Amino acid sequence: MTSLALIDLGYGNVESVRLGFERIGAAPVRTDDPDVIARAERVILPGVGHAGYARERVEAAGLAEVLRARTRPTLGICVGMQLLFEGSEETDRPLLGVLPGRVTSLEPAPGRPVPHMGWTRLHDVEEGLGVHEGEHVYFAHSYACPGSGADAACATYGRSFPVIVRKGPFWGAQFHPERSAAPGAAFLKAFLSS
Amino acid sequence: MPAARIIPCLDVANGVVVKGVQFRDHRVIGDIVENAQRYADEGADELVFYDITASADGRSVDVDWVHKVARVIDIPFSVAGGIDSVDKAAAVLGAGADKVSVNSPALADPELITRLADAFGRQCVVLGLDSFTDEQGVLRVKALTGRPDKTMDVGRETIDWAREAVARGAGEIVLNAMNNDGVRQGYDLVQLEALCAAVDVPVIASGGAGTPEHFAQAFAVGCSGALAASVFHDQRIAIGDLKDYLDQQGLEVRR
Repeated sequence: MTSLALIDLGYGNVESVRLGFERIGAAPVRTDDPDVIARAERVILPGVGHAGYARERVEAAGLAEVLRARTRPTLGICVGMQLLFEGSEETDRPLLGVLPGRVTSLEPAPGRPVPHMGWTRLHDVEEGLGVHEGEHVYFAHSYACPGSGADAACATYGRSFPVIVRKGPFWGAQFHPERSAAPGAAFLKAFLSS
Repeated sequence: MPAARIIPCLDVANGVVVKGVQFRDHRVIGDIVENAQRYADEGADELVFYDITASADGRSVDVDWVHKVARVIDIPFSVAGGIDSVDKAAAVLGAGADKVSVNSPALADPELITRLADAFGRQCVVLGLDSFTDEQGVLRVKALTGRPDKTMDVGRETIDWAREAVARGAGEIVLNAMNNDGVRQGYDLVQLEALCAAVDVPVIASGGAGTPEHFAQAFAVGCSGALAASVFHDQRIAIGDLKDYLDQQGLEVRR
């Protein structure tokens, strides 16, 4: 059994995420094999770019049901986290729906450009995530998830939005732990020990 | 709000880090991976690598060093230089870079920005913009700046081009003010303020940083980040000291 499966759908920042885990001593296996992903001890669903495109790739790879049925730790990063929700303003397609609510766009304002790009502080951080209140983590996104009752850490950019969610086996990270220096590494370690 | 981003820029030519003055007379600074690691350790918030010979030579960036950098550092970085197709961008991003920056190829083929944004998302697509103020005070774009003999005025106004690029899907703009590059007299605040007011994506200041005050000035006119090369390569400014100074000025910095 693969202990750590990194879903590789042929796009996005998969290698960057793989190297982030490698730096903390883990050895993720890049795969799109539904059987491997179904049976893996832990699964990572990375993603950058368009939520609708990411959703199509998940469907085409036969992974939608596999992901919904996961009972062991499963982490969606950035667009991978957004896919956990029911829907997104970015696409008409339903998303995986393991968390309620709809992802919406961040609106630019004077002095607040979009994409939200850079290092922003965390607030309302729960215990056991490796990251702490007030730490800066790295973001690069134009859409943000809704509150769902699963919020485990938040950040504010115009509005407050969940940065980390946890519900049962599902974890989501809107930030990029693989590019968030020591706090990011600590978060990845926390996921691996969950 | 995000912390003020401090971004060392590593100009790369023939596999080593170099720095020129006003885009000429490049001198060797050192090894790419060692420099990347050092800046990440010192507290840089992000790194930019410009393969400054790439566009002028008609070749693209070598992805082996991109992967080596991606392996060792744990902060984001972008790569520029000769990226003129979705395939080349895919190779760079696939090697572990977080963003690609396009400059001359986007001027030659503006649709490239749209294709890149469609393929990777706008947060991966940076527009590099080399701009100068002409004798009439108009901000104008230059292209092919890796080679002095090939640099040319492309006949476009900076603000118009920036707006078009954002509409096409650029998610960030690095404005390199050529009148100021490498001479440490400060960022071109007039150009930066005009650009920040004109677009609603993050703007990164580039060209001319010489003192901590220059960085603070860039953030004061609305920039999200400030990029510099020689002051960091020459160790005239330590990133930790710079962040202390910006903190004292009331700016949020990452520690």
